[in-house]
Amino acid sequence: MTTSRDLTRRAALTGAAASGAGLLVLRSTQPASATPEAMRAVMRAITGDAPVRKGRVQLDLPPLVENGNTVPMTVTVESPMTALDHVTAIHVLNEKNPQPYVVTVHLDHRAGKAAFSTRIKLGDTQRVVGLAKMSDGSFWIGEQDVIVTIASCLENF
Amino acid sequence: MMRLRALVMATLAVPALAGEIPLAERRSDTLTMSSELRAMQADDAANPASFSVLDGEALWRVRAGASGKSCADCHGDGAQSMRGVAARYPAFDSASGRVLDLEAKINQCRTERQGSAALPMESRDLLGLATYVGRQSRGLPIVSDDPRLAPAIDRGRALFTARQGQLNLSCAICHDDHWGRKLGAATVPQAHPTAYPLYRLEWQSVGSLQRRLRNCMVGMRAEPYPMGSDEFIAIETYLMSRGRGLAMETPGVRP
Amino acid sequence: MARALINVPKIAKVGEIIEIKTLVSHPMETGYRVGLGGEILPRDIIQTFVCTFNGAQIYRADFSPAVAANPYLTFHTMLSESGAFEFRWEGDNDFLLVETASITVE
Ligand code: HEC
Ligand code: HEC
Repeated sequence: MTTSRDLTRRAALTGAAASGAGLLVLRSTQPASATPEAMRAVMRAITGDAPVRKGRVQLDLPPLVENGNTVPMTVTVESPMTALDHVTAIHVLNEKNPQPYVVTVHLDHRAGKAAFSTRIKLGDTQRVVGLAKMSDGSFWIGEQDVIVTIASCLENF
Repeated sequence: MMRLRALVMATLAVPALAGEIPLAERRSDTLTMSSELRAMQADDAANPASFSVLDGEALWRVRAGASGKSCADCHGDGAQSMRGVAARYPAFDSASGRVLDLEAKINQCRTERQGSAALPMESRDLLGLATYVGRQSRGLPIVSDDPRLAPAIDRGRALFTARQGQLNLSCAICHDDHWGRKLGAATVPQAHPTAYPLYRLEWQSVGSLQRRLRNCMVGMRAEPYPMGSDEFIAIETYLMSRGRGLAMETPGVRP
Repeated sequence: MARALINVPKIAKVGEIIEIKTLVSHPMETGYRVGLGGEILPRDIIQTFVCTFNGAQIYRADFSPAVAANPYLTFHTMLSESGAFEFRWEGDNDFLLVETASITVE
């Protein structure tokens, strides 16, 4: 008996919430399109004149973040990791936090695997970039967009 | 503020009818989190609340107060003696005739048995001890079967279902009637107390169940009860009864 | 008080890729946040993490304020001999934390 009443009520609510959620998504997906100047400058400082190619670097971040304070991130770079051919550094940069640097790791072939996990802060919806330096001096780049739904929209819930 | 009101109204402006969630549908709010956060909670090596457990474990062995005794001197290895304890708190204390939550019980033990000072609410030391004791119940079901708790449970239920604050909401409107629904970015949880004290990303620290309740009251634009008050303990007692049978998860992680 | 949690296997095979997990208790205050009294909270972060094995550096990380509070880092290594790791975190306000762990490689 309560079931059908519940169903109706839930159905009504779905409509209400759907419109609320729609508004929110509009607000928080302002495209993080053009790479801001600061991040480009940092990338240039890191890479100099070396070639930068797309690929090999994979960023794993949740596409939709529950709280920008602590965002789990795994970065994996494809590489044989031999003495002759390995990753020497992985830089993670972003375009909208107060400054572009996030974290940099330095490694060599003895790591066996060019991958690390950490947790980062993301102040806003934006693009995160992973830049890997190889032992031959070349660079590879991978990126991912992250939507930060401001969990503090109801600041205390 | 206007946006908050609008959002809450859009989501909740329907009469509350449901009453308590059927027992079979009750489940931990851990399940509504992303897989990343669940993994963070499940892995001690990744869970930032592990520091609180370790703080508590260290404090357990520190001698203090007029008795010159440590918790361990009287209770032995906490992993054994405290197993299952947090799963049945708040509990009725015969000596004082009152219901005490775990933090209050720890402070009672400090002042009356150890002869040391009560630790402030939300202090690192009290959270450490409560998290350490709570950790020893991980995986065990919540037990709420002491008939002497009935008055506190009834009072807690009354507080939970009463409308209050500028938004004229009750806890039940969100947590009984609208759990699983989005409220802004957050999913309204069923509000079970399985994982406290826990690490909240928003706080960037560990906090108690009472701190969480305080947050909800501020969100309702209601005047929060004082920390440690009988009102909060009654709500905690009701929440444990409402969540009976669910597995303890202390220390949890929440967004 | 507990400051660092390190997870290293006790035993590994020669050439096996092992995972090392580290978690350290630190506020990672960005230097951009405003306190209750309207003042800017001064920056207080860990800047570097260095892992050595039997005295030789095998991994380093440079942290920025965008690394979350209580920094968590997992990474990999391959070993050819038994020995000891040293983990060293250094940061603002003379923050220094050193931990060690040993491993048998067979
Ligand atoms: C001088 C001995 C003594 C010391 C020291 C002591 N306790 Fe106790 N504690 C007791 C006794 C006896 C009981 C059981 C009677 C009661 O519930 O009050 C108890 C009960 C408890 C309980 C409730 C257990 C239950 O099954 O309900 C908790 C929790 C507790 N103590 C925690 C602590 C902590 C934490 C410390 C250290 C800060 C501590 N105690 C120090 C003697 C002690
Ligand atoms: C407007 C809706 C709303 C009202 C009213 C409300 N809460 Fe909540 N409550 C939430 C939301 C949303 C969360 C989850 C926040 C998060 O984790 O991001 C929450 C979280 C909780 C939790 C934590 C559950 C967990 O697994 O960690 C408890 C317990 C709780 N509320 C109890 C209460 C109590 C008691 C009241 C009344 C005093 C109340 N709430 C009023 C929305 C509400």
